[in-house]
Amino acid sequence: MEALRTQQITRSFSGRVIIEDISIHLRDHELVSLLGVSGAGKTTLFNVISGILPPDSGQVLLHGEDVTGSPGKISYMLQKDLLLEHMKVIDNVSLPLRLKGISKKDARAKAKPLLEAFGLEGTQDSYPSALSGGMRQRAALLRTYLGSQGVALLDEPFSALDTITKGQIHSWYLDIMEKIDLSTLFITHDIDEAILLSDRIYIMTGKPGRIRDELVIDRPRSDRKEFNLTEEFLSYKKEVLKVMGNR
Amino acid sequence: MKERSENITSKVPALIALALILFFWWALCASGAVPSYMLPSPVDVVRAFIDDFPNLMYHARTSLQEAAYGLLIGIGLAFVIATVMDRFRLLDQALTPILVITQTIPTIAIAPLLVLWMGFGMAPKITLVVITTFFPIAVGLLEGYRSADPDEISLMRAMGAGRPQIFRYVKFPSALPHFFSGLRISASYAVVGAVIAEWLGGFEGLGVYMTRVKKAYAFDRMFAVIILIVIVSLLLMRMVDLIRMVSMPWERAGRNADRKHS
Repeated sequence: MEALRTQQITRSFSGRVIIEDISIHLRDHELVSLLGVSGAGKTTLFNVISGILPPDSGQVLLHGEDVTGSPGKISYMLQKDLLLEHMKVIDNVSLPLRLKGISKKDARAKAKPLLEAFGLEGTQDSYPSALSGGMRQRAALLRTYLGSQGVALLDEPFSALDTITKGQIHSWYLDIMEKIDLSTLFITHDIDEAILLSDRIYIMTGKPGRIRDELVIDRPRSDRKEFNLTEEFLSYKKEVLKVMGNR
Repeated sequence: MKERSENITSKVPALIALALILFFWWALCASGAVPSYMLPSPVDVVRAFIDDFPNLMYHARTSLQEAAYGLLIGIGLAFVIATVMDRFRLLDQALTPILVITQTIPTIAIAPLLVLWMGFGMAPKITLVVITTFFPIAVGLLEGYRSADPDEISLMRAMGAGRPQIFRYVKFPSALPHFFSGLRISASYAVVGAVIAEWLGGFEGLGVYMTRVKKAYAFDRMFAVIILIVIVSLLLMRMVDLIRMVSMPWERAGRNADRKHS
C-alpha cells in the first residue's frame, strides 16, 4: 500500500524556482531517504509535504487523500529536537495528541507504554534538560510517531549528534522501525547514513531542486549490522557519488 | 550542599561592603564632622526604627496596599497590551512610541496632577504605581514573546497547532523569564511609586509619614522610613524570585543539568 505520494510539486520564492516537478512516493513501513547537497530544496519540499507551505502547483496525497496545504496531517521532525524545555518528557512526547484535543491524562496514558521501546524509561517526569543528546532525539522521534498518521518526515534528525552517539542511534532507529507502524521520508546529506538506513534513496540536485535518480538498497533492514563495512555498501556509495557528480 | 555554600560565599563581598559603609557613616557622625540634626548616626536610626515600629507598620500597611493594587493592575494591563501588540503589528507600531513617551514623564511631575484629578484617596497613588510598574513588565513580555524559537513555532504549525495553542505552549513560556525580570524591577518601583504619590497629599502611608517627620526635623525617623522602604522592596523582590522558582521548575532542572554536565 502507498502511504504518501507527491505529484509534480513546484514551489518558488520571489520568482525563483526552488523545487520543480517533484514526484516521489513512500510505501507502508518503508524508509526512504532524500539525499542532496545543502540548498537543493529538500527542506522546502518537506515544508510543502507537511502542509506548512502551499505549493505553486502539485499535490500531496496521504493514503490517497489530498492533504496539500493542510498542516497537522503528516508528522515532521527537524534537525533540532525542539523539545519544549518547560514541559516534562511525557508531556513533550504526547504534545501532538494534546493538540488534537485529547485530554492530558489520556495523552499521557497513550504515550507512557512507548517510553521503554524508545529508550526513555524512567524519564517521564524529567525535564528535557536532564536528557542526553541521543535521548532527546529519541524523545523527539517518539513525539513525531505519536503525532503521525503512519507517515513521518525527518529532516536531518541525527546530524547534530557526535559520531559515537550517531552510530548507536542508527542501530536503534533501524530496530525501532521494525517494531512500530511508521513510514518515514528522511532528509540527509550524509551518503553513508542514507545507504545504511534506507530501503530506497531519492537523489536530489539543485538548482532548482529536482529528483535526479532513485536507488534501491537491496538488502533487508534487519541485516544492516556492519553493512557499512562491506563491499556492497561501497558500491552503493560509488553509485550515489556518480549520480551526484554528474548533475 | 555545594550550591548552598557557593551561594553564601558569593554574598560575602556585598556584606563586607555594606558593613564598611555603615562603619564610615557611624564614624562620620561619632567624630562630629556632620551635626546629628543633618545626618543622624546609624545607631540613632535603628533606635528610631524600634521606637517608632508600630507607627511605621500602620503607615506601611497603607503604602503596601497601594503598591499591591497598583502592581496587580500594572501586571494585568501589561499582559493585555503586550499580548495584543505582539499579535497585531499595526498596534505595535502605533503604541511603542507612546509607551516610551510615558516612561520619559518624571513620576514626580505627574503625581501632583493625579492628586488634583483624583483627590487625596488611594486612587492617585494606585494610578502612579500602575504607570511606574507597567512599563518594565510590558517590555519584558514583548521581548519574551519575540524571543520564542521560530523553529518551535514552525513545528507547532506542522503539528496542526492554532494561534492560541502556539501562544500557550511556545510564546507564553518563552516570555516567562523576561516577565519575571520585569516584575522584579516593577516590584521595587511599586513601593517607591506609592511613597512618592503620598508625599503630595493623603491621610496615611509612609510618604505622608515622611513629610510629617521632615517638618518636625526628626531625621532619624525619616531615615527609619527609608530603611523600611528598602527592606520592603527587597522582600518584594525576593518574593518575585520565589514565585519564579515555583512557577518555572524547569529552570532549576536546567541549572542542575548544566552543573552536572560541566
